[in-house]
Amino acid sequence: MSFITQIFTLAVFAIFVNNFVLSKFLGLCPYIGVSKKIDSAVGMGMAVIFVMTMASTFTWLIQEYLLIPYELEYLQTIAFILTIASLVQLVEMVIQKTAPSLYKALGVFLPLITTNCAVLGVSILNIQEDFNFLGAILNGLFSGLGFTLVLVLMAGLRERLEKSEVPEAMKGMPIAFVIAGCMALAFLGFSGLNF
Amino acid sequence: MNLWKEFTKGFIKENPVFIMALGLCPTLAVTSSVKNAIGMGLAATFVLTCSNMIISLIKNLIPDKIRIPCFIIVIASFVTIVDLVMNAYTPEIHKNLGLFIPLIVVNCIILGRAEAFASKNKLLPSLLDGLGMGLGFTLALVLIGSIREILGAGLWLGKEVMPDAYIENPMLVAILAPGAFIIMGLLMGLIKLVNKGK
Repeated sequence: MSFITQIFTLAVFAIFVNNFVLSKFLGLCPYIGVSKKIDSAVGMGMAVIFVMTMASTFTWLIQEYLLIPYELEYLQTIAFILTIASLVQLVEMVIQKTAPSLYKALGVFLPLITTNCAVLGVSILNIQEDFNFLGAILNGLFSGLGFTLVLVLMAGLRERLEKSEVPEAMKGMPIAFVIAGCMALAFLGFSGLNF
Repeated sequence: MNLWKEFTKGFIKENPVFIMALGLCPTLAVTSSVKNAIGMGLAATFVLTCSNMIISLIKNLIPDKIRIPCFIIVIASFVTIVDLVMNAYTPEIHKNLGLFIPLIVVNCIILGRAEAFASKNKLLPSLLDGLGMGLGFTLALVLIGSIREILGAGLWLGKEVMPDAYIENPMLVAILAPGAFIIMGLLMGLIKLVNKGK
């Protein structure tokens, strides 16, 4: 398989087939919580793409050059969550200094991301699936894209839902879950893809 | 009496999953069978109880500004313990839960209780709060797990509970991802309806 095909396959699998939200159940809290408006969904999505790519990069390096040489693999969970927490803080500070307009758009979402399980999830999955360095970065990027895609789709659906009549008890979160179920059903179709 | 209240509030009144909508990822991901649901529930209960205890003991030592990272380290340590113990003694459940054991670290129930309760209360109430919330979480997982396993496979805890004809041709979607979302949504709606009727 040529290099380009490999990347393409990785992208399709990370975005559609193994979508983080709909087939791996990662990052559900922001998926349900921040999907009421398209604007904020886009902002959150961008922040997640950014942090997931960065986190994949740094956690892979830490695993390879710190934990494995010193035989500290059992500290993976602690090391990764600390890396992610400090990374998010660092990113927040850097963006605030260098790109104030970007900070305005992403700022409120960044602190929330530390406890987004999709970020820790992608870091651990990269190690479990034995990706090389480039693979880990790309997997982080594409998984983030997949997350953003379904988040924005969901926000669009929920904006329209505001105007429709939903039974009183199903308003808000319950109906959001049922919609997510329907989306997951649609995404299940992608699992038939074969390369 | 008050302590008893701290213990039982997590079961129904402030159930972390159905009422507060916390810890959704593991709730949907591991409930394809009751066995996994119990494993996950108990693992989280252990981490929650221990971290609540430790945090309530050291709450005066932690500077206010860095309390969240401190909480996360305490929680991550207990998650590592659970991870290693489960790997040694219940390898099958450990394999099924897989990624979601390390992810207990970012389970918002645990950090939420540390921040909202343990950092403000004494040892004994914190312990009971953690235990109660953990069991409430387990209860919710087992409930969803039961519905999914019975509908999706005709089994409950691996035992056949539906007629043979159903088991041969079950409603498979209930075990798959879409079923998890839809069942969760319907359950939440039902609970909202019942609460309103009171």
